[in-house]
Amino acid sequence: MIDVDLRLSRPGFDLSAAFATQARVLALFGPSGAGKSTIAHLIAGLSRPDQGRVAIDGATLTDTARGICLPPEKRRIGFVFQDALLFPHLSVRRNILFGRFFTPSAERRIPIAPVIETLGIGPLLERRPATLSGGEKQRVGLARALLASPRLLLMDEPMASLDHARRHEIMGLIEILRDEFAIPIVLVSHSADEIMRLADEVVVLDHGRVVAQGAPARTLPGASRLIEGGRFALTSVLAARAGAHDARYGVTWLAHPAGEIVVAAKVAPVDRPIRVLVKATDVALARTRSYDISVRTILRGAIVAIDSDQGPLAFVTLELAGGERLTAAVTRLALDELGLSVGAEIFALVKTVALDERSM
Amino acid sequence: MEIGEQRVLSLSPQDITAIGLSLEVAGVATLATLPVAVFVAYALARWRFPGHAAVNALAHLPLVMPPVVTGFALLLLFGRHGPLGAFLAENFGLVFAFRWTGAALAAAVMSFPLMIRPIRLAFETIDERLPQASRSLGANSMWTFLLVTLPLALPGVIVGAILGFAKALGEFGATITFVSNIPGETQTIPSAIYSLMQTPNGDASALRLAAISAGIAILALLVSEALQGRAGARR
Repeated sequence: MIDVDLRLSRPGFDLSAAFATQARVLALFGPSGAGKSTIAHLIAGLSRPDQGRVAIDGATLTDTARGICLPPEKRRIGFVFQDALLFPHLSVRRNILFGRFFTPSAERRIPIAPVIETLGIGPLLERRPATLSGGEKQRVGLARALLASPRLLLMDEPMASLDHARRHEIMGLIEILRDEFAIPIVLVSHSADEIMRLADEVVVLDHGRVVAQGAPARTLPGASRLIEGGRFALTSVLAARAGAHDARYGVTWLAHPAGEIVVAAKVAPVDRPIRVLVKATDVALARTRSYDISVRTILRGAIVAIDSDQGPLAFVTLELAGGERLTAAVTRLALDELGLSVGAEIFALVKTVALDERSM
Repeated sequence: MEIGEQRVLSLSPQDITAIGLSLEVAGVATLATLPVAVFVAYALARWRFPGHAAVNALAHLPLVMPPVVTGFALLLLFGRHGPLGAFLAENFGLVFAFRWTGAALAAAVMSFPLMIRPIRLAFETIDERLPQASRSLGANSMWTFLLVTLPLALPGVIVGAILGFAKALGEFGATITFVSNIPGETQTIPSAIYSLMQTPNGDASALRLAAISAGIAILALLVSEALQGRAGARR
């Protein structure tokens, strides 16, 4: 249980944000300067709010009304920094044991060996941080925070300085940490795919205010304007089941309540649950079902929201049969010429999907 | 001492005394100043407090003032009848005037600004988030300073100590003004060279002391390089 209510005034920046959550992984999302990192620092006690309250699992860490503001070393919050920020003068081993040294023995509930094993840092233990690659550093940074047995892991854009492959590696590891070590995580991120994959809940921030909070799949489409890399990065997640594989064409049919989804890959065994990621820009809309086109994946739904401004593009969110949501990027011109509005029954033509390779 | 009689380097007993005294004065001055210099350098680098500029100016004053003025000020403050001198003599039996302790004090004051510069620079170049990481891992500010900040600033501290030592070894103006030039008590290498130059046929001895003085300084630099290399290799 994370319960936060914070106010901070700085020249040119006002923060006033309150949220509470039971989520295992809560994402703080928003564009640069929205206040995500500021909130992370306030939760960790690395800076002080003008007014506010921070409580985690019933322990009050900050309560300005009662004159409480614990120093960071008394909070037991593991902070994972964007660039890992390992101690350059210490070996990897001493880095990861640093926090443990200061953890009272009764509180050392995270065992060392499984953490080293899970994060694959055994071969790195005697190395100096300067000799590690970016991904290795971040794995050591995760181990260091984790081995202090914190009550909360705060990750401030932990993957922002990694390449694509390393990002996916770290995302996978964060999932394992979440599941195996049962530590609540607050993930600061401006990347929609990280949040879709990792978070149970997202708090969307803009200009120091909470503008939305909820499940990522429902919350992020409405916040598309704030997504890094433009709204084109907007991705929907659909849950489906593996169906027949057609070896002649190398495609697999996935069963989804709104229609069949074709993926250009082999998915086995049959009936295995699988998640697919659909980019908004890979979705077209049609009023009628047409088989006269190359797109094979056609899903039925109804328009529940249209997000448009003066720009040429509009982002249309559909509720598919079965209740999941899918966002499509189309031109405003097309919307008007097809006469589409909220409530309209519609078919989503999905050009390509990506398989989400995490286990379910 | 036996070495004096051997005359290996054909140094007079007075030269040997001056060298020994110089090393003692500079060593004591450096060791006593270093903790203060580290503290002041850290405060100037990391804290913003009222009077920051004043402390900074005061610490650098001996660098820009004529050494004679600094020596004179020390004499006024720490002389037998000076306010601080009288207080320390009465309460702690600590006398500076015309004693080697006074030479050490003069050396310490004069080397202080040279000492804090590299140390402050070293503190300033440390990523401020590293101490934050340490705090978030449970280390309080004292542990964080001892385990993270100070080790990271170590190369700068070494440079500061060596620079301070070299400066203390060479200090002349403030020393001679404050504690005069008493062989065996306050006559350090520079004062001895100065005396020899005033003496007929003293040039050869002056030259030998000058060479030794340069030798000690170069040795100190080499030691500093070696220590820094070690500290640097650990990151």
